[in-house]
Amino acid sequence: MNEVKAMMAGNVWKIVVAVGDTVEEDQDIVILESMKMEIPIAAEESGVVKEIKVQEGDFVNEGDIIAIIES
Amino acid sequence: MSYIDELNKRIEHIKKGGHEKYHIKNEEKGKLFVRKRLELLFDDGMDIEDAFFANCMDDSLPSDGVVTGIGKINGQDVCVMANDSTVKAGSWGKRTVEKILRIQETAMTLELPMIYLVDSAGARITDQIEMFPGRRGAGRIFHNQIKLSGRVPQICLLFGPSAAGGAYIPAFCDVVVMVDGNASMYLGSPRMAEKVIGEKVTLEEMGGAKMHCSVSGVGDVLVKTEPDAISYARRYLSYFPKSFREKPRVREAKEVKEFEKSITEIIPENQNAPFNMYDFINRIIDEDSFCEIKKKFAPELITGLSRIDGRSVGIIANQPRMKGGVLFPDSADKAAKFIQLCDAFNIPLLFLMDVPGFMIGTKVERAGIIRHGAKMLASMSEATVPKISVIVRKAYGAGLYAMAGPAFEPDAVLALPTASIAVMGPEAAVNAVYANKIAELPEEERQAFIKQKQDEYRDDIDIYRLASEMVIDAVIEPNKLRDELAKRYAIYDAKNTVFTERKHGVYPV
Repeated sequence: MNEVKAMMAGNVWKIVVAVGDTVEEDQDIVILESMKMEIPIAAEESGVVKEIKVQEGDFVNEGDIIAIIES
Repeated sequence: MSYIDELNKRIEHIKKGGHEKYHIKNEEKGKLFVRKRLELLFDDGMDIEDAFFANCMDDSLPSDGVVTGIGKINGQDVCVMANDSTVKAGSWGKRTVEKILRIQETAMTLELPMIYLVDSAGARITDQIEMFPGRRGAGRIFHNQIKLSGRVPQICLLFGPSAAGGAYIPAFCDVVVMVDGNASMYLGSPRMAEKVIGEKVTLEEMGGAKMHCSVSGVGDVLVKTEPDAISYARRYLSYFPKSFREKPRVREAKEVKEFEKSITEIIPENQNAPFNMYDFINRIIDEDSFCEIKKKFAPELITGLSRIDGRSVGIIANQPRMKGGVLFPDSADKAAKFIQLCDAFNIPLLFLMDVPGFMIGTKVERAGIIRHGAKMLASMSEATVPKISVIVRKAYGAGLYAMAGPAFEPDAVLALPTASIAVMGPEAAVNAVYANKIAELPEEERQAFIKQKQDEYRDDIDIYRLASEMVIDAVIEPNKLRDELAKRYAIYDAKNTVFTERKHGVYPV
């Protein structure tokens, strides 16, 4: 089980995977919008997306859990 | 027994280090014997060794648990101290400390690089009066390190624990390489933490190599094995002169690695879209010449040694792929130390800018981002080595300043045609200036108004306008950037300036 966390504060701009998807290490899970930049948040390990804890438009703080990947 | 036999017998005994069971224990952990480590470190073994017989009246303490001497790395003499963890877990007695002090003082006199191969449990409590508090006690090791700092390169290879006071050896080195799984640093052990403050924590969580190389930043380079750590040190030193009095040796130039996509093709047109700065770096430096420092710590800023046309160049680059390349307290710290390192040893600097600015918000203000950012500005500003800044894309706000913007006496500010310099980006600026006006407008007119103002703003900060105002020194075609840099570093090699006259600044730490 691996938690994907926001590396900085920002708004969830796009969620680019769905629950049940198989993802590779370094594959983008969501893209935040912060400091007027697109901030991709990637999986640290390969696995299956078990849960996505945010919705597009949500504000997330640094360290908030965005998704859970089951390896 | 003849004198010679007696001598040889003693040498044989001491060379073997501690009891066999400790050798076996080390082997199980993937740890090499100290003399094997030194064999790998030097071109051709250690040339001279002093105080080999330290504490030889006690059979159980060969060399008093530390090997000190001089050998060659890449043909260059270097001083070394290496703990022997088969001798009382590499702990420090009176003679251990004295040996370390002497080799440091030799490094000082001869102005040679100093390498610390650390694998030690810390002070021998039984010997504390002799080794801890006095003038030639362990504190002096750190005093010497601080004195050596910036005079000669100091490298720490951490193979095992570096506990309590001993943890300051890595802290005062220029670079700390940690072997994953075996290396650790901590002031108080987990056992002590539980007893004294009630915290239950594992050694790996509290002071492990991964943690230090990615979270605390006390470690710089995480490696899998001891030979990896040793080969990193040999490679790292090849970018440096032996002391601050000299310049790094210019090596044979290598071509840039060939890639399918050119620089122009890897930079996205949309300023806000991420791209991978490593791809950019690899297209301007000599093939395979990037030697990264602090890869896992504050990855939104890349710092590493490289060669351009055979010359050592220290690169500080924003990484838009991580945190948008925004500067944080940790990235500013990382940059400050790296800049000091390069400046101390006459390694020219290259700033690759694609920076939206410093991070804003409660979290970073509470962490003192202004203070940390000031450190980066101070060391960048003070650096008198050749400095070139390249504006790859954005250079917004104080980001422009921190990355060696025009006001900080870089030898040149070069812009790619994709460059954009401003207090802030068009989206933020229009919002800042016209927020009230936008709110007053009928909803259907807002988008058109915003777009018009953003376009006007873009025209206003057009890179050719800045070139016309001589804010930047040249606009360079991306595919010609490497050649431009090579020419300029060769010419700027003549630079010889002093920042200012004083004892030292009062640094924002």
